[in-house]
Parts: sequence; structure tokens; C-alpha cells
Amino acid sequence: MILLHALVEFRSINPTNRPAEFPHRPHPSALALEDELKDNKMKWILLTLALAAIIGAAGCAKKQAPAAPPAAPPPPQPKATLSVSPDSIQHGGSAVLTWSTQDATNVNIDGIGDVQSSGSKAVSPGTSTTYRLTAQGPGGSIDATARLTVVEAPTPQPTSAAPVSDSSEAELFAQSMKDIYFDYDRFDLRAEDRAAISADAAFLKSHPSIRFTIEGHCDERGSTDYNLALGDNRANSARSALVTAGVPADQIKVISFGKEKPFCTASTEACWQQNRRAHFVYGQN
Amino acid sequence: MKRFAALLAISFALALPALAQDWIRTGTGVGGEKIRLAVPEFKLATADPKSAPLDKNFNAVLFNDLYQAGIFDMVSRSFYPLGAIGSPAEARLDVWAAPPPNAAMLAFGSLGVSAGTLQVQGWLYDVKSPQNPQVLAKQYREAATDDNARIIAHRFADEIIFRLGGGITGIAETKLYYISTRTGHKEVWAMDYDGAAQHAVTHLDSISLAPRVSPDNSRIAFTSFSKGGPGIAMWSLELGRLVKFPSFGGTTISPAWSSDGTRVAFSSSRSGDPEIYVCDQNGNNLKRLTETHGPDVSPVWNPKTNAQIAWVSGRSGLPQIYTMDADGSNVQRLTDQGYAVSPSWSANGQFLAFAWVRHYGPGAPGASDIYIMDVASRQWVQLTHDGGRNDFPSWSPDGRHIVYQSTRSGGEQIWSMLADGSQQTQLTFSSSNSQPNWSWK
Repeated sequence: MILLHALVEFRSINPTNRPAEFPHRPHPSALALEDELKDNKMKWILLTLALAAIIGAAGCAKKQAPAAPPAAPPPPQPKATLSVSPDSIQHGGSAVLTWSTQDATNVNIDGIGDVQSSGSKAVSPGTSTTYRLTAQGPGGSIDATARLTVVEAPTPQPTSAAPVSDSSEAELFAQSMKDIYFDYDRFDLRAEDRAAISADAAFLKSHPSIRFTIEGHCDERGSTDYNLALGDNRANSARSALVTAGVPADQIKVISFGKEKPFCTASTEACWQQNRRAHFVYGQN
Repeated sequence: MKRFAALLAISFALALPALAQDWIRTGTGVGGEKIRLAVPEFKLATADPKSAPLDKNFNAVLFNDLYQAGIFDMVSRSFYPLGAIGSPAEARLDVWAAPPPNAAMLAFGSLGVSAGTLQVQGWLYDVKSPQNPQVLAKQYREAATDDNARIIAHRFADEIIFRLGGGITGIAETKLYYISTRTGHKEVWAMDYDGAAQHAVTHLDSISLAPRVSPDNSRIAFTSFSKGGPGIAMWSLELGRLVKFPSFGGTTISPAWSSDGTRVAFSSSRSGDPEIYVCDQNGNNLKRLTETHGPDVSPVWNPKTNAQIAWVSGRSGLPQIYTMDADGSNVQRLTDQGYAVSPSWSANGQFLAFAWVRHYGPGAPGASDIYIMDVASRQWVQLTHDGGRNDFPSWSPDGRHIVYQSTRSGGEQIWSMLADGSQQTQLTFSSSNSQPNWSWK
């Protein structure tokens, strides 16, 4: 146990990050006192001594852990599934959201509210939407998501050619523009995304009439407000790179969603990477 | 060698207790004795059928208010002598002063309903001075509703707390504003400080974030997506609707009131990069305070002076807490490592509460916990331990409490605690609830 403690302490020291003048000892008048050792020098000395003590104390009786009470079976983790059919609709159309859960006492879908433990509901969102179901129960909480893509219907125009051209332009935009992805807590472009920016800029320069939006997104970690600012920095990094590559700034609108509209909601690095992005959207709503 | 031996002894003395857990709780009560208070249930003064349920509600709220105040040692009800006390004549102080109750103070009274009017009489007696025991005598009269029973209990509790708590006004009548998804959208909600009377304030069917109530409790400034991109919206609690506030463009978020209610600080990327700005409460006299590339968000004023602003900046990488003077000069970094966000400044100007993942990085997966820092000395104390992701602390006006959001019970819910980390109490249970803000009074 001493060894374990020494290793934990060692990891927490990290002397390179800590200015020596930064006082870490709680003020005596503070409301509560943390008795962790916070003084760097002291920690190093104690670490050395603790390691030395392991050798010296090897023969000492081990500290007895109190006998654990017989474990009650933990409440089962809730299960949840959520699907939407069809997963892509025209603007104004509707789709059916279907969900089921187990071992949950409280089920909530963002955008809908508290719902029964299983059921279905017709939805007709105006824009592409990621539905996120949260099931909470005695055994914890779990999320399930489903994304419904809304394809913009051609806007009625007095000129007959315009609708067809708008629609195909939107599709072309969606097919051609490559989103830009970012490292954790970073908003500078990665070297491997330079090619995507060049291709995006080339497409935009050949379609100078396109007006579009860059959405900045962040993964679920970290704080709501900070992620809104970080998402703005990400979207503006992509914007600056496009403008530098010759895309007129007045074609571009920037919006940050922070971590409010994730593309996926699993707590894995693969999913987080999907959410750390500058996402290109046709049009400026 | 002598020195070495001494250090060895110290290292054992300090390191061994830490084996069980790596932190030790002490508290405000250590050293300073809490007043031992007994609160027998208020006696029914009428036979009106409405009076019994109102009395039950009143007694529960009064007891909880006094317990939550954090300055009393509440005498266990199992120690109370038999017999209700409805008036001073029925209070046998010698019995309450002796063990087992051993009370220093006794709050008692009566509650009755007649002709639809709720009448409460309450007294506070100093048990240890039988010659002149009366500290407080109060009478309340309101329409006989459950809400009023609760409000009268809050008022009487605040009178007791003011009298016995060093002249600091209690918080039993304060409100909490927060974000809830209960209607399917992130809307601004409100509740009493103890979690009662939860209700939606806005119905915008959009995304609302970071509500901040004005010092006079008349308006709520918050981040809103209701006009497309995130901007600042201003909700009038008196009119029950949005009122005019300028759109500054870009990502404009996290508004914060100065304590005199005349100015608002916020973050805006109107220049292409999120920076801290201040303006008058109506949006005039816009002034930019920061000039550094990277996120700058979540400003809060020093409520004591309104001459300093603390905020979060990513100028050196991961977000850290900084302070500056209200004109943008004298920038100081307060946190030295990790991921530090969501500052809240205590009413006396002494402490910042914030959320901190102190040991951030591969191999050191820290949790986001609530800390408070003494601004002058930069010494800090960790208040939450080993319980989910904790964020958005907000000080109560009495400086004795902090409300915050935590995932320790599953999803995001709102919790309150005393400012030493004790008496952690969950306030919300349904859907997802986040970003609480404690009213100024």
C-alpha cells in the first residue's frame, strides 16, 4: 500500500508544470483544510523517504483492510435503443422516432422531453437533428442517439431553372466539401487537413455564388461555455484558411455550437474526434 | 542525519493517514462551536382541517432551513421532551437546558387557520438565560396556502439566522436559476434555494444556457440560440418575456452582472476571436478588455468592488482562471495547471469558486471538481471529491453555500453544499439540469 501511495504521489507531482512560487498550502483560515502534501520539495523528500521506508518496513505487518460487507447485487445499468426511420427526409417531411429502454426510471429525449420507457413518435424537424435519449435508473445513466438528416427542399423561385440548380448545388456542396477535424482543446489546423482546405477552396472558387456556414463543434468533455468559445475558434480557423486560399469572406458565415449539437454521443475517442470539427453547411440561415 | 531522522518521522506521520484516502475532511465547525438549537413542531392553534397539513409543511421547511443554514447544531428530535409548545407559558426552559436536549436556543410557536387566513406566531428563546429569554417574537398572517406556509417558514428561519448568525442575512428566501431539458429544450428554470417550486421561466424552444439573474431580481441575462447563432438574451421576470438587448454578432455568450446592476461583462467573437467585453446594462458603451488569440469566456465581476474581473482564458493552452482590473489592465493568472473553468466570485470579494480538473492529461485522469481559492493568497481548497463531473459553482449571497452541477447521481443534476464541502444535497432529479445561478438576495 505504501508503494501504491508513492506511485500515486509521484504522478501528481509533475514539477515541470508548477511554478515554484505558487503556494499550494491551504490558508489556515480557509474553510476546510486538505491534508494532501502540496509542497513540491517536501513531496520529493517524502517520496524518497517513502521508497526508503518500503525497504525498511517490508517486514511490518500489513495493514488489515476491513472485511467487506456481503455485496448486494448492484442495480443493473439501464439499456436504451433509439432509431429513426427513415433517417433522411425532405424539408417538411416527417419520420418516426422509436425507442425502448430497460431498467430506467427516467427517460428523456432532447427536443421532446420526458417520455415513456418505450414508444415512438413522429417528428418533423426543420433542420438536420441528432436526437439524444438519456435513460437514468438506479444503475446509472446511458445515452442513445439517432441522427435525422433533413434535405433542404428546393425553394420556390420565379425562374424555372433556379430550383433544380439550387438543389443540385446543395448536393454538390455536400458531396464536395470536406469537414475539418481538430485535436483535443486545439483550434489550429492539422497538417493533414491542409489538403482538405485546398480542395474545399478550389470547389468554392469554382462556385462563387454559394453562400455557406461553417459550424464549430466540440466533444462532450470540458465546460459548456468554454466549448462554445473553442468551437468559434475552430470555425474561424477554417474560415481564415479558406479566405487565405482565396475564398471571398462574404460567402462565409460562422456559427459555434460548442458541445450542444454533437454528431455522436458515445464516450469514446472515435466519437469525440467526430465531434471536434468545423462542419460545412450549405446556405446561411 | 538528525534532520533526516526528523523528516522520516514527519513523512510517516503525514503519509500513513493518507493511505486510506488521499484527502481528509475538516470543516467550519472545527474550532468554532455551533449554536445548539431545538425546534419543536409548531402547535396547532385551530381545529380547521387545513391547518394540520399546513403545519406539517411549515415544520418540515423551517427545520430544513435551519439545518441547511450551516451555523446550528440541531438537537435531535428524539431528545425533545414530550408536549407541544404553542406559547411562552408552555416552554419549560429548565427541561430544554438540561441533558439530553441540552439546547442553547429554542424556536417554537403555533400555527392556525381561520376564515382562510393562515396565522403563525413564532418565538426564539435563549434557554440559558431564563430571566430574560426572549430573542425574537414574530407574527405572520397570509392566505392559507401551501406556498404561504413555506414562505412564512423561510421568513421566520431567516429572522433566526440573521439574529444568531452574526448579522448575515439568511438565504431561505433566495432563488436558483438554472437550465433544464424537462420540456424537451434547454430552457431557463427557477426554483427555491431548497429545490422546491421548480418551474420553467422561458419557453423559447431553442437552446438557452448560462442564466445570470440581475442583482435586483428583475431580469435574467443568458446565452440563447433563439436568433440563430449564440447571442445574449435578456428576459424580464416582471414582464415574463424577452426584452431588448443588442446583438453584438459572432459567438456572444456568458453574460455576468456587476453587483450594482449597471454593467454586463460577456464573451464575444465579434472580432473573429472570443474576447471579454463590458457594456452598460442596456448594451451601450461597449468596451473590449482582452486582446489575446484563443478562447476568453465566463467573466465574473468582483462583487465587492466591481473593479476586477475574473475569467477563463485558453491563451496558454488548456483553460485557466485569470483576473484583471475592470479596464483590462493588470492581468494575473491564478491557476497553474490542469483545466480550470467556471469562476464564481463570493459576495465579500475574498474567494473564487471554480471547476478544476487539476491533474489533466494522459495517465492522470482527474475528475472535474469544485475548488475555492483565496484570491489574495491564491491558496485553494478542494470541496468535492470522488463524485462524477462537477462544474458551474455559484455562491449564495451569504457566502456560506455553493450550488453547482454534478453527474455523481447519473445525469447532470443540481446540488448545493456548505462552502466547506459538507452537507452536499441533491436538489433536482428529473431530466438534465445544469448551470445553476444563485440570486443576489
